[in-house]
Amino acid sequence: MTLQDVLSPRLGQALRPNIWDAVAIVLVIGAMVLIVYGGEQTTLPLSALDVDPVTLDPARLPAYALRTTMRMLLAIVCSIIFTFLYAALAAKSRRAEMVLIPLLDILQSVPILGFLTFTVVFFLNLFPGEVFGAELACVFAIFTSQAWNMTFSMYQSMRNVPKDLEEASQSFHLSGWQRFWRLDVPFAMPGLIWNAMMSMSGGWFFVVASEAITVGNTTVTLPGIGSFVALAIKEQNLAAIGYAMLTMFLVIIAYDQLLFRPIVAWADKFRFEQTASATAPTSWVLDLFRRTRALRALTYPFAALNKAVSNWHIALPARLRMPTKTNKPSHVVDAIWLAIIIAGTGYAVWKIYQYLSATLGPSDVISAVGYGLLTLARVSVLIAVATLIWVPVGVWIGLRPKLAERIQPLAQFLAAFPANLAFPVFVVVIVRYDLSPNVWLSPLMILGTQWYILFNVIAGASAFPTDLREAAGSFHLKGWRWWIKVVLPGIFPYYITGAITASGGSWNASIVAEVASWGDTHLMATGLGAYIATATEAGDFPRVVLGIAIMCVLVTLFNRLFWRPLYAFGERRLRLG
Amino acid sequence: MLDHVNQASLLDIRGVCRSFPKGSGEELRVLEQVDLTIRAGEIVGLLGRSGSGKSTLLRIIAGLIAPSSGDAKCRGETINGPPNAVAMVFQSFALFPWLTVLQNVELGLEALGIDSTERRTRALAAIDLIGLDGFESAYPKELSGGMRQRVGFARALVVHPDLLLMDEPFSALDVLTAETLRTDLIDLWTEGRLPIKSVLMVTHNIEEAVLMCDRILVFASNPGRVAAEIKVDLPHPRHRLDPTFRQLVDSIYARMTERTEVRAPAIEGIPGTGVGLVLQHVSSNVLSGLIETLAGPPYHGHADLPVLASSLQLEADEIFHLGESLQLLRFAQLSEGDLMLTEAGKRFAHLETDARKKLFAEHLINYVPVVGLIRRVLDERPSHSAPAARFRNELEDYMAEDQADETLKTIVSWARYGELFAYDEQSELFSLENPH
Repeated sequence: MTLQDVLSPRLGQALRPNIWDAVAIVLVIGAMVLIVYGGEQTTLPLSALDVDPVTLDPARLPAYALRTTMRMLLAIVCSIIFTFLYAALAAKSRRAEMVLIPLLDILQSVPILGFLTFTVVFFLNLFPGEVFGAELACVFAIFTSQAWNMTFSMYQSMRNVPKDLEEASQSFHLSGWQRFWRLDVPFAMPGLIWNAMMSMSGGWFFVVASEAITVGNTTVTLPGIGSFVALAIKEQNLAAIGYAMLTMFLVIIAYDQLLFRPIVAWADKFRFEQTASATAPTSWVLDLFRRTRALRALTYPFAALNKAVSNWHIALPARLRMPTKTNKPSHVVDAIWLAIIIAGTGYAVWKIYQYLSATLGPSDVISAVGYGLLTLARVSVLIAVATLIWVPVGVWIGLRPKLAERIQPLAQFLAAFPANLAFPVFVVVIVRYDLSPNVWLSPLMILGTQWYILFNVIAGASAFPTDLREAAGSFHLKGWRWWIKVVLPGIFPYYITGAITASGGSWNASIVAEVASWGDTHLMATGLGAYIATATEAGDFPRVVLGIAIMCVLVTLFNRLFWRPLYAFGERRLRLG
Repeated sequence: MLDHVNQASLLDIRGVCRSFPKGSGEELRVLEQVDLTIRAGEIVGLLGRSGSGKSTLLRIIAGLIAPSSGDAKCRGETINGPPNAVAMVFQSFALFPWLTVLQNVELGLEALGIDSTERRTRALAAIDLIGLDGFESAYPKELSGGMRQRVGFARALVVHPDLLLMDEPFSALDVLTAETLRTDLIDLWTEGRLPIKSVLMVTHNIEEAVLMCDRILVFASNPGRVAAEIKVDLPHPRHRLDPTFRQLVDSIYARMTERTEVRAPAIEGIPGTGVGLVLQHVSSNVLSGLIETLAGPPYHGHADLPVLASSLQLEADEIFHLGESLQLLRFAQLSEGDLMLTEAGKRFAHLETDARKKLFAEHLINYVPVVGLIRRVLDERPSHSAPAARFRNELEDYMAEDQADETLKTIVSWARYGELFAYDEQSELFSLENPH
């Protein structure tokens, strides 16, 4: 499609700017300037960080916020590229799938904050003496918190592309490359966007933890909100914490309004349903851009480019061509492939064993497992407590649509809030009343993640069919009977989805939450999170590896043996409609 | 169009077979030795029951699946991937919901690498031809079913295929919309305005086939094969109430019920009968309702299938299916396009609910071998329970996995109605205990 084609119907007045153009142009140019400014800062040598250290001057917060925002944006772009490559490979090749999908499953349960240790060292060595290396390490940390669920969602969409569309694209001779852009990506879009939003929320937690990092005797403090918070905690500056909270609040709102809402509204057309929905999501920013004439025209070259790229005739294997007698999978190749995988795994096990056994003995493993079980107990109790509190609240809110509409975004916002910001309150209270950190630091773990339970339950209760509620009412079902027989089964699948996210997040958060400090006061709970955090600070790599490995195993087991069966049960028996 | 007739055939299918792997690892034949030639200037219909392999044949011709053996050629070249001379219209429309009408229509041309100006001209011409003017920028979800299928037609026509394939293109539409679309299409065809040479359509609707096709291939099931070829010489436009038209429809009905008698599970030892009988689920309510209808006026126990189908607003395929289920249970008898109640059927119609259940159970045990088997196993076992997997494995020796699932589902539902045995979905266990 050329520019001329598109414009021809309304040529004449089409290019004359209107009032909306003025507003939109300010937004676009503003964004460009900010990106260029932020980009310039990253090419400085590392020593510049010492010359101009992070200070608690609130006037500098907007600049810090910009740097943090850019890191998150960069990370999400990386995540999307990674998602496209990884999911496409896993969905198109059966043999790649055998390795990639279990790998992704494990990567999802690896404590991301444990990664930091290795990546910082790696990236600093890659660009010695430059801020860029540290920036990359930070971006990578955020990336690892965002990519996995997006990739999973994309993979699942690609596996579930409707058969008739698949046949149509084959029958009309779409090449593999064309099919990817015309069918796979659009079909995956809604799920991908939803997961990207969740990832973005989750990313805040890690940005705060990863901007100011100490590994052994190297300390890197990148200018950003995270470093600002870290400094404020160190200097016990409550006002600064307040400013940081306010800034984050504004940035999260800006992200929502300027980036995600327009995308969600635009992507509504990708939702795979054959009937128009009653209420389509709206966005004032998108409307603004749709009303501008000149600005819209500016986007046409990009649309044309996009179209040209997706039309490249690249001969990718669209899918196993022509399923015939000839394409029966070769058992010999399968066997060889399996042998390679087993050999690779065996080698890795040997290497890990060699590395760990050089410095650690069996007693270290036993004690680490013990710490792991302590943290497991914490996570379990916290999820149970959060369930007892938020399920009734969520049901109450969810059954009131007006209220739910207002609470839902608030819960999502709270989910983005990093636990570090609550350190002062917890530390001061614990020290003041001489409480046990083992018990009272625990709530920090679930501070950010409990909201997943709340907003999933709200979603479930909102979706609860009115006729069932009316039926329950007309049969006089009340009290506990109403809860057990009516509402709880109805929201169960939603609750499980929320609880799985909350539980996974809590494990991750334990690395931050089991060690809290406020100025010179350091509190530590006994647990695997604290174990990893301490080892990281001391630069004790074998213990970090051991801690991460054990957390991985525990999280995976917990998911497989507890959450998965519950999830399957909910999907099979309790899914309404 | 007449001058094309003497040209070489568009499509040549010789001895094509196709098998799919069964649950037990063996092969299930769905197409057996099919021959088919299509020349320019004709509309050919593949008519058959669901599961008779006609859609499989269409997909082989479309290059979407390959034959297990035999020879499929399009314009003299062996079909190896979707041929350029062929375009397809789908039962479910298969439109891309994120593309507008115009973009959907242009899709096939884009894949062929046709430049944008010509693309636009041709797409607009196709949209114009099929009566979609004014809908160019609409998204599929904003359109009615009929309009969506028009987009499906425009998308296929715009690539100017020699052969247009249609996979039950009207069966997802309501009666009135389908009729309008059929008439429009036939009008364009007879006026020679469609940029195609021939049409091959799959259908299970007998009247539709007689209304549109020049030649009808009637398919039989298990394994799918061509049972008869019928020429339709009526001139267009054809009228459903025309006596010759009715006669043709009646004769096809008769021919298709003839086939079903062979399928009937009369004797043990014949393949496809006995324990390996494939069942398709029909609710016991529907069966009772049909028996009552047959017993009452105006049928008094004896109905002509086309009449019954139109008065109940059922497709031929559905009425066959119901008739066969009744025949299987010995409540009715199918022959020569008629459905007649047996003595048991007449008795059933006048019984109370509990007595009906008893009679139903009796017939179920006697005439559906796998039900008898399950009951015997449950009676013999001390626990009076048995896992469904045991019977599923046995069924999968004879049929594909999804057929085994469907058969089990039917058994569970019928046995529940007859109160023969219980089934717990959670544990997948059959048992003799009924909750009281």
